[in-house]
Amino acid sequence: MNELASVDWSRAQFALTAIYHFLFVPLTLGLSFLVAIMETLYVKTGDLEWKKATKFWMTLFAINFAIGVATGLIMEFEFGTNWANYSWFVGDIFGAPLAVEGILAFFMESTFFAVMFFGWNKVSKGFHLLSTWLVALGSNLSAFWILVANGWMQYPVGMVFNPDSARNEMANFFDVLLSPVAIAKFLHTVASGYVIGSLFVVGISAWFLLKKRDLHFAKRSMLVGASFGLLTSIFLTLSGDESAYQVAQHQPVKLAAMEGIYKGEHRAGLIAFAVLNPDKKIGDDLHPFIGDIEIPYLLSFLGYRNIEAFVPGLDDLVYGNPSKGVISASERIESGKIALGALKSYREAKKEGNAALMQESHTLLTTHMPNFGYGYLDKPEQIVPPIALTFYTFHLMVSLGMWFLALFIIVLFLLMKREIMRYKPVLYAALWSIPLGYIAAECGWIVAEVGRQPWAIQDLMPVHIAATNLGSGNVMISFTLFAILFTLLLIAEIKIMLKQIAIGPDGGH
Amino acid sequence: MFELLSLLQLQQLWWIIVSLLGGVFAFLLFVQGGQTLLFSLPANETEKTMLVNSLGRKWELGFTTLVLFGGALFAAFPLFYATSFGGAYWVWLAILFCFIIQAVSYEYRKRPDNFLGTKTYERFLYLNGSLGVLLLGIAISTFFSGAQFHLDENRFVFWDNPLRGLEALWNPFNYLLAFTLFFLSRIGAGLYFINNIDHDALHVKIKTMLRSHTLLFLLFFVSFMGWILTKEGFAYDPLTKAVMIVPYHYLNNFAQMPWVLALFGLGVCLVVFGVSRALFSTSKTSIKPFGVGVIFTVTALFLTVGLNYTVFYPSLSDLQSSLHIENASGSFYTLTTMSYLGLMIPFVVAYIAYAWYAMNRVKITEAEMNDSSQHHY
Repeated sequence: MNELASVDWSRAQFALTAIYHFLFVPLTLGLSFLVAIMETLYVKTGDLEWKKATKFWMTLFAINFAIGVATGLIMEFEFGTNWANYSWFVGDIFGAPLAVEGILAFFMESTFFAVMFFGWNKVSKGFHLLSTWLVALGSNLSAFWILVANGWMQYPVGMVFNPDSARNEMANFFDVLLSPVAIAKFLHTVASGYVIGSLFVVGISAWFLLKKRDLHFAKRSMLVGASFGLLTSIFLTLSGDESAYQVAQHQPVKLAAMEGIYKGEHRAGLIAFAVLNPDKKIGDDLHPFIGDIEIPYLLSFLGYRNIEAFVPGLDDLVYGNPSKGVISASERIESGKIALGALKSYREAKKEGNAALMQESHTLLTTHMPNFGYGYLDKPEQIVPPIALTFYTFHLMVSLGMWFLALFIIVLFLLMKREIMRYKPVLYAALWSIPLGYIAAECGWIVAEVGRQPWAIQDLMPVHIAATNLGSGNVMISFTLFAILFTLLLIAEIKIMLKQIAIGPDGGH
Repeated sequence: MFELLSLLQLQQLWWIIVSLLGGVFAFLLFVQGGQTLLFSLPANETEKTMLVNSLGRKWELGFTTLVLFGGALFAAFPLFYATSFGGAYWVWLAILFCFIIQAVSYEYRKRPDNFLGTKTYERFLYLNGSLGVLLLGIAISTFFSGAQFHLDENRFVFWDNPLRGLEALWNPFNYLLAFTLFFLSRIGAGLYFINNIDHDALHVKIKTMLRSHTLLFLLFFVSFMGWILTKEGFAYDPLTKAVMIVPYHYLNNFAQMPWVLALFGLGVCLVVFGVSRALFSTSKTSIKPFGVGVIFTVTALFLTVGLNYTVFYPSLSDLQSSLHIENASGSFYTLTTMSYLGLMIPFVVAYIAYAWYAMNRVKITEAEMNDSSQHHY
């Protein structure tokens, strides 16, 4: 019981630190490019107004960057502190992207960050501009490596299980690096960062316009922000489609939870809007929704690129559907337990020096390895993630993504017609869309991470096995300390940011 | 190329890389050392601002090296990463908290409406530079003194002390390395300030500080060396991999690896030379020999605790659970792949060196601190 509570505290702590961290990362990803674009315009045109704009947004970037670094540090080390068993079980594969992230991305960011902020009068214009672009590139490279690592957890590839060391070992680095899930995750995540950066610039520019302050600066910034936002919103939509396609291929339980599908069907429709039936349980005959709006055929098409395709529901995945070739979770649990037993007999045979039994056990283990993690589960229903949280966050994320696309189109249109000042509701909408961007991004991570529970590594290791053997009291205390510290730092960041915005582009840097 | 190496050679190569990273990180701790001088060295707010800005342009390098050090250990020696970080939970979390508060302090310290107040961020910097460095020293000292853990058949860690790593604080020998690092970092900061800040009055005060700190550093460093060279060490049999306790093992390691001894000796000489030159001449570049010396010395110390069939993370609860480079490492494939990626390191070092040079060509002055068009901490 204590062990379970400890796992839950570790999950809560990781969720807390990840959510805080991802409040700052997307703005770093997006704003770094926007700042680089503005500085490029300054260097190209020599127009000092662009330099002023660059410096203003760069100052906000620095305030955000500092706290992103602070919260990011803990993410790397938490794999060791709270998920020690995981770290050993797959460290051979998972550690490599983190190390490469340090070598290739963090040093680039940290080195050129100093040049970007303090080098205006110390290095040439060209070198300064290059430094700004390299900070943007470094931030995005960093995102790439960490998302390769995360993508691997969602879809583990490129490895073999070594029964002698009882861990997974990397067999093909390029399979890990170029995994379609990892690539889709990277593209979708950085795109969300670009959109948030754009919302931030457009929203704050809107505030200046509403206040009738620094109008020239605000309109220019808004134009850059909305243009970048429109392009990246389109890209966000396309990469989101690819991301969902990969989920359908490799994490069907997550897809079923995202869409609230209990009974699988051909020509499945996409739920545009719905309220879940709170009484609905796996395996019963209740309707999953109290009310819903469905777009026919679309889920089959988006998930499998074929409107006739069968989309399995939670009932199929938990209890099996032989006619559609869906294996039940019970069968997979049984298979997983055979794998664990084979590993045990392999070890005993090795101790006894029984080569024949070792070979036999190894063959059995290899056969059942795809279900290895299921061996740690007790009930088939354990494979189902929290449905309501996954479902609602997914739909909220998608709806907000559509809203951002529309907002950028409207803002750009009004800017082109030079009528943006006349449409105050649009300016207010732009301003209030800043927090909506963050909500959408956090929803995306909740879908990705809550939606794959109970797995730390899909099908290989459930979270309760991955966690460090810690007493719950320890993690409860550290969770509380993190909550207090990060909340204080967040308040500080917001207050400083608001003050700096109020000071405006002519203020101090 | 790297495929031609044996697994043991790759493990040794990666221990050398990790050792080098440890050496570089120890040098970059001058930022932390400088942070502990903020309350004592400057005579006024302008001088303090100069110190903060001088350090503020380098803090991220140290921070990044710490992250890379963690990442390299994760990839190359995942069992150590899992065992130490998961086991000595509270020591590592305490260290991390000290570094989290550093990351925001430079940027937020002087910002208007900064919520916690300038003094709080300065105290954060002091805490990072003092407690952070002392705890790091204690954590690394357990490489020599050992820790209370055992591993099960899956090599999952079980920590055998409820203090989860904080028990290392009760071993007085661990403080020898902790205070060695603490004073070393302050000396490094002094030499860096002389190099980076154009301010005569500060230079005079720094030289006074250097005299007392050099004596204190030598006292702790010699004591630390005396302790490890005379204590029993932890080694393993190359064939059976059985772990055993060997008298004077670290002393023997120096004798049996003369190149490590030479590296160590050269490092110590460079450190002494760097400090002496700063004290007894008008040179402003003593940070260079000092820095190279620190990197060499610390690298040699890491090498002596990891190579020559030495256990680098001894278990006091179950000797056979102790970690060495052979049982804690990544696979042949991963180490080979990582080695190829490591070929990028010289390129990274080159651009860091160039950026450092470009930024340090112009020294920090009072005039720059008073220029409101520039970004300041």
